Amino acid sequence: MTNIGLYNYWIVFLLMMTGLYVVIVSTNLIKKIIGLNIFQTSVFILYISIGKVAGGTAPILAEGYKVYSNPLPHVLILTAIVVGVATTALGLALIVRIHAEYNSVDEEKIYQNDPSD
Amino acid sequence: MISTHLPVLQVAIPLLAAPACVVFRQATVTWLLALSVSCISLLISISLLWQAFTTGEIRYELGGWAAPWGIEYKVDVVNAFVLVIVSGMSSVVLVYARESLQHELGIRRIHLVYTGWLLCLTGLLGITVTGDAFNVFVFLEISSLSSYLLIGLGPDRRALTAAFQYLVMGTIGATFILIGIGLLYMMTGTLNMTDLSQRIPAVSHTTTIHAAFAFLALGIALKAAVFPLHYWLPNAYTYAPSAVTAFMAASATKVSIYLLLRFFFDIFSESFSLRTMRLNEILLITGVIAIFSMSLVAIYQQDIKRMLAYSSVAQVGYMVIGIGLASATGIMAAILHLFNHALMKGALFMALGCIFYRLKSLELNDLAGIGRTMPWTTAAFVVGGLSLIGVPLTVGFVSKWYLILATLERGWWWLAVLIVASSLLAVVYIWRVVEVAYFKPAQDTEVNEAPMSMLIPTWALIAANVYFGVNAQQTIRFAGRAAAELLGLP
Amino acid sequence: MHTALVLTLVIPLVGAALIASAHNQPNLRESVTLVTSVLLFMVVLYVLGQGGSSAEVLLATPFPGLDLSLSTEPLGLLFATVASGLWIITSIYSIGYMRGNNEQNQTRFYVFFAVSIAAALGIALSANVFTLFVFYEVLTLSTYPLVTHKGTEEARRGGRVYLGILLSTSIGFFLVAIVWTWNAAGHLDFTDGGILKGHIEPAFLPLLLALYLFGIGKAALMPFHRWLPAAMVAPTPVSALLHAVAVVKAGVFSVLKITVYVFGIEFLYETGANRWMMWVAATTVILASLVALTKDNLKARLAYSTVSQLSYIVLGAMLVNSVAVVGAGMHIATHALGKITLFFCAGAIYVATHKTEISDMDGLGRTMPITYTAMLIGCLSVIGLPPTGGMWSKWYLALGALNADQWLMLAVLMLSTLLNVAYLLPIPIRGFLYGDKSTNAAGKTINEAPIPSLLALSFTAAGCIVAFFYAQPLYHLMAGIFEH
Repeated sequence: MTNIGLYNYWIVFLLMMTGLYVVIVSTNLIKKIIGLNIFQTSVFILYISIGKVAGGTAPILAEGYKVYSNPLPHVLILTAIVVGVATTALGLALIVRIHAEYNSVDEEKIYQNDPSD
Repeated sequence: MISTHLPVLQVAIPLLAAPACVVFRQATVTWLLALSVSCISLLISISLLWQAFTTGEIRYELGGWAAPWGIEYKVDVVNAFVLVIVSGMSSVVLVYARESLQHELGIRRIHLVYTGWLLCLTGLLGITVTGDAFNVFVFLEISSLSSYLLIGLGPDRRALTAAFQYLVMGTIGATFILIGIGLLYMMTGTLNMTDLSQRIPAVSHTTTIHAAFAFLALGIALKAAVFPLHYWLPNAYTYAPSAVTAFMAASATKVSIYLLLRFFFDIFSESFSLRTMRLNEILLITGVIAIFSMSLVAIYQQDIKRMLAYSSVAQVGYMVIGIGLASATGIMAAILHLFNHALMKGALFMALGCIFYRLKSLELNDLAGIGRTMPWTTAAFVVGGLSLIGVPLTVGFVSKWYLILATLERGWWWLAVLIVASSLLAVVYIWRVVEVAYFKPAQDTEVNEAPMSMLIPTWALIAANVYFGVNAQQTIRFAGRAAAELLGLP
Repeated sequence: MHTALVLTLVIPLVGAALIASAHNQPNLRESVTLVTSVLLFMVVLYVLGQGGSSAEVLLATPFPGLDLSLSTEPLGLLFATVASGLWIITSIYSIGYMRGNNEQNQTRFYVFFAVSIAAALGIALSANVFTLFVFYEVLTLSTYPLVTHKGTEEARRGGRVYLGILLSTSIGFFLVAIVWTWNAAGHLDFTDGGILKGHIEPAFLPLLLALYLFGIGKAALMPFHRWLPAAMVAPTPVSALLHAVAVVKAGVFSVLKITVYVFGIEFLYETGANRWMMWVAATTVILASLVALTKDNLKARLAYSTVSQLSYIVLGAMLVNSVAVVGAGMHIATHALGKITLFFCAGAIYVATHKTEISDMDGLGRTMPITYTAMLIGCLSVIGLPPTGGMWSKWYLALGALNADQWLMLAVLMLSTLLNVAYLLPIPIRGFLYGDKSTNAAGKTINEAPIPSLLALSFTAAGCIVAFFYAQPLYHLMAGIFEH
């Protein structure tokens, strides 16, 4: 029962592995970025879910509410999301440049063009 | 008073100067701005180091918010020492960078490079100065994102794929660190490093803390290029612009090693990291494999920048061994090597930049005869190489001496023999270059010496290599105190 | 006195800088070399004259508790005198040799020559093992460009072996031994009677001794002797400097100094830690002599002869008694004189005839009488026959073996003397008595070598004879080691 009760962790775990799998297996650079995004999202969910207090509401002072969720992880993860967006943007920008130079976004084709590595 | 705000100014000044570079646009103006900001950072970090050394730890509450709620900056000898390394190397390399970057990149919007540089500096200084675990992640990403950018600018198109590769690996590493910090927060309810170190012992038997430790160890080791997580480093260093490589090699991995020390000895205690989690065995084994395998790989490289990149991975191995020895002398040796390796690799990569400036190539065979055509640059490379080997009167010898002393204190003198044996491999890869440079006839006798603005900073670092090799008293005192603080010794 | 000690390092280094700056005027450059060497010798003589008062000069303190400092003691003074005195003669000789052969890169040659002498003096006057190690490495690195002077593939290969063996032994063994000593004894200062007694488990002593003796690769104990013949690719003045004066003598000198002042001969005698290394030295003496017999190349034969002679000195140190150590110390000086004469002769023959193989040199003695007479004297000195100085050092070494009751070692000394006769004497005999080949391949008549070379080799040959009649000062200087 407790294992199912902690279902948020199972979801996080599933997303994390999916993301990592995509990063490792895919040869398409854009798909790699997508995998990276999924991987990061799983961590966002981890943070968000641990801030939740059972029965608590959003942490806004109001009549009749005694229990609030912890806002700190949510605030933290806002920063992390911004970082994630920036990473994605930079990654995509690099892909645009790579495509201009190599005319491909597929890792294997790119390395065929530069065999010295 | 302004002096009480030094810890935050350390980070704030480069952070504010970065967008200012975008505003000014003009190449010389932005370069001057970046250089002066970097020098100011250096002055601040020196004064912080002195304060921390004489009066003890400095705590600074960001925005006036008290510690558990607000972000706290905490400066002790350990991180003040790293601050000096980072800002000092940035200043020296920036003097060099103007001519080098202009020549290698030849792009019009060079001010954006300095913007990236300053952001990277901000991130590295921030990681070092902060006393808040989550803040570490934020600054880590600031420095990483800007370094992906700087590496991607390299003159060869393979720089792009190298940067992308680094982006993927680096992001995975940073996210691991984020997971680790999240798990720690779950168990302790705090992000402040001091509070963390007090609350972890009560819950240190839980799987969650063990998992947090594992994620942090992997994430930081990835950023520090600890063998076998170094995969990104050789490509990134090889294809980045010369000045960027010199800066990165001398600062980025150093800061990650600092993080390793901070997390494992300060936040988790020494006994938890090394005895419960048995990290020292892993560090020792990977360290020994690193110093041998990576030096061997370096011997077979034709591109000497790549050769030095592999050598960097090997050198990280020495630091890792020092940490793995888990004694005051061992950690002191690791911290000493942090500083000393920054000096030698900075100097060596700068010498390579000088060579590339004239030859447009760093293939071993193209270097024939540069001992005659570029005597000063080649001499700088030789002295830097001797330092890397660990010849007496250079900084390399100082680190090696203390590392061997630490192994002998443990009575593991098989390890001492392995360490000295591996440094002989450095003789081989440095001497391959020396022979080609001095004994093969030059293919192009028209080649001139590199410009003064690049030679002088290179030689300044070479002089530092010798100076701190002959007079290592001060660095040893700082490193010794830093090691004592990390281990909680008086 | 303090100034004089510092000057012994400053003079050759300033000389090197001046030589480098005079690279466009060969005459000025060579005068600077000569003036520097004479000045240096005078300073060393002054220090020697002050012998009784021991002074210590602190140069720098790189690590807490670890100093770079200089001081004087009998062994060091002897080595300093030998090295600086022979530098003058070698300089005179090199001027003749380098000009006679029109060698390339002469400035580089003279600069590194001066730097190597500075390093050799640093080793001689070092006050602790750390200082010795530092200058030892400086000497290795500063002689590398000399060994590879010709820049050919062969020279590079020789240089690689040279640097490879010397660096790997010094870093791989010597450095470890030093750190170990520091860790055990707490300091590294050379002290009468040694510093290790009571600080180290006697069971580990043979291991530490082996680390030191093999670590000092310059002493060319087998199996780490390969660098010495490999370095023969160097021009002859370099071979003379390397194989008679600075490098090899620095090696055996370090062995002696460490045996006497770090281990202490009484401590070694009590623990018997010296046995193994004594046998290694004895084996090297015999094996190297046998190899020398098979070599037809004159310089190669001399190189193996050096390997063998160096082990005499190591053997003397390992006999751990005062007479043997005195003999070993004297052998540093007498062998230096004898061997440098032989190398000078080899070089003179090469300059005059471009011949390198002994079998080609039949009858040369009649056309080059001065060279061959000097060579005969050199051979006698290295063998240890009167009327040459070489006799005395062998005498004391043999006496030391008797004192130690090591009859086998005495036998080794005698056997190797016979071998010396067998591989050295045929060279002058062929020169004087065998058939005449006094024209070279081009049919030109052969004359004597250039005057500066002749001057140098006559001088050292005369030195060998003088050392026979005036051995007293040498003996007294060495006996000073045990006066305290």
